[in-house]
Amino acid sequence: MLGSAVIVFRETLEAALIIAIVMGASRGVAARGRWIAGGVALGIIGALVVAAFAGAISEAVQGRGQELFNAAVLLVAVAMLAWHNVWMSSHARKHVEEMRHLGHDVSVGAKPLSAMLAVTALAVLREGAETVLFLYGLMATGGRAGLALGGILGLMGGTGVGVLLYFGLLRVPLRHFFTVTGVIVLLLAAGLAASAAGFLVQAGLLPAIVNQVWDTSGILSVGSLAGRMLHVLVGYNDRPTGVELLFYVVTLVTILVLMRIFGARSTRAARAQAAKEGAPA
Amino acid sequence: MESRKWILGLALALPLSAIAQMPHFSLSIVNHRFEPSELTVPAGKRFRLVIQNKDATPEEFESRSLRVEKIIPGRSKGTLTIGPLKPGVYEFVGEFHESSAKGSLHVK
Repeated sequence: MLGSAVIVFRETLEAALIIAIVMGASRGVAARGRWIAGGVALGIIGALVVAAFAGAISEAVQGRGQELFNAAVLLVAVAMLAWHNVWMSSHARKHVEEMRHLGHDVSVGAKPLSAMLAVTALAVLREGAETVLFLYGLMATGGRAGLALGGILGLMGGTGVGVLLYFGLLRVPLRHFFTVTGVIVLLLAAGLAASAAGFLVQAGLLPAIVNQVWDTSGILSVGSLAGRMLHVLVGYNDRPTGVELLFYVVTLVTILVLMRIFGARSTRAARAQAAKEGAPA
Repeated sequence: MESRKWILGLALALPLSAIAQMPHFSLSIVNHRFEPSELTVPAGKRFRLVIQNKDATPEEFESRSLRVEKIIPGRSKGTLTIGPLKPGVYEFVGEFHESSAKGSLHVK
């Protein structure tokens, strides 16, 4: 029972942390709950489908279908997170003002919401498929009552950590809130890009460049709870390969540059607008 | 359009054929144990590790020191690309049956 609880906890944790960040980053957006719940539902359906075809996926492309699939899912999530951050860099200020003035949630249109839905669905899909496969394996070998209990405990534990993170985020003052979630989303995206690189190395499609840039597993192992959480949140890796580090840095810099460009453009537009409105008076 | 397809095909085929030429080693999973549980591989070379899961249940092949994790569904096989490695002993487990599924890679 404990074994199944630990494994389900590990798999749930990553998805729960990502959902908590998405919830935080879309704070103040009307109907975000429905979109994110939709993402979770789609992710679960997707996970069941992927688990059902796991054998076929695994044996595809000379036994590396799973790596290619994981890398693709991760890279799409990175693109969605990047797009969210770029969008926020030009809308965050207005968003906070509207939240303050209106005193209720702001409607932002379907585009940014669909990106959040996709990120949620992809996180649940990837981790959920592994959980489904694991639970199926345990079911096939018996021990159903303990298994169900363990699975539920693990699920609750993982979700609990996600909830804690979300309420922790809400304590950040509104003035700094989207700056903080923006930084978290940025690091999350960079970490996911590095994981995608790891899968492509495992598939033999990318060279590792350097097999082990550093080894901090003695100080903070990715196997520990703290290490695992940092791995999801900021992409911490105790033994990264050169190419993972490269993907991390390139993703980080690319998103930052895009945020700067679009953020500056919206500031200029706002100034021009203010000048125009100010002129007749 | 046609030439683009051709280039894409070539871009995919080149690394795949490079993989096909790598030396490869095999492991089986039987009754939630690795067979053999110890495998010797050469240092300083990239190689493929083919894992055949003969059990009906899925297993997750995982090694922190090798930096790999991969689910091998029941009665199927998966391939990993590993290395080049420095000489030493690298341990791996089947995460779904960690008490029995243990093994190590001896790099010489």
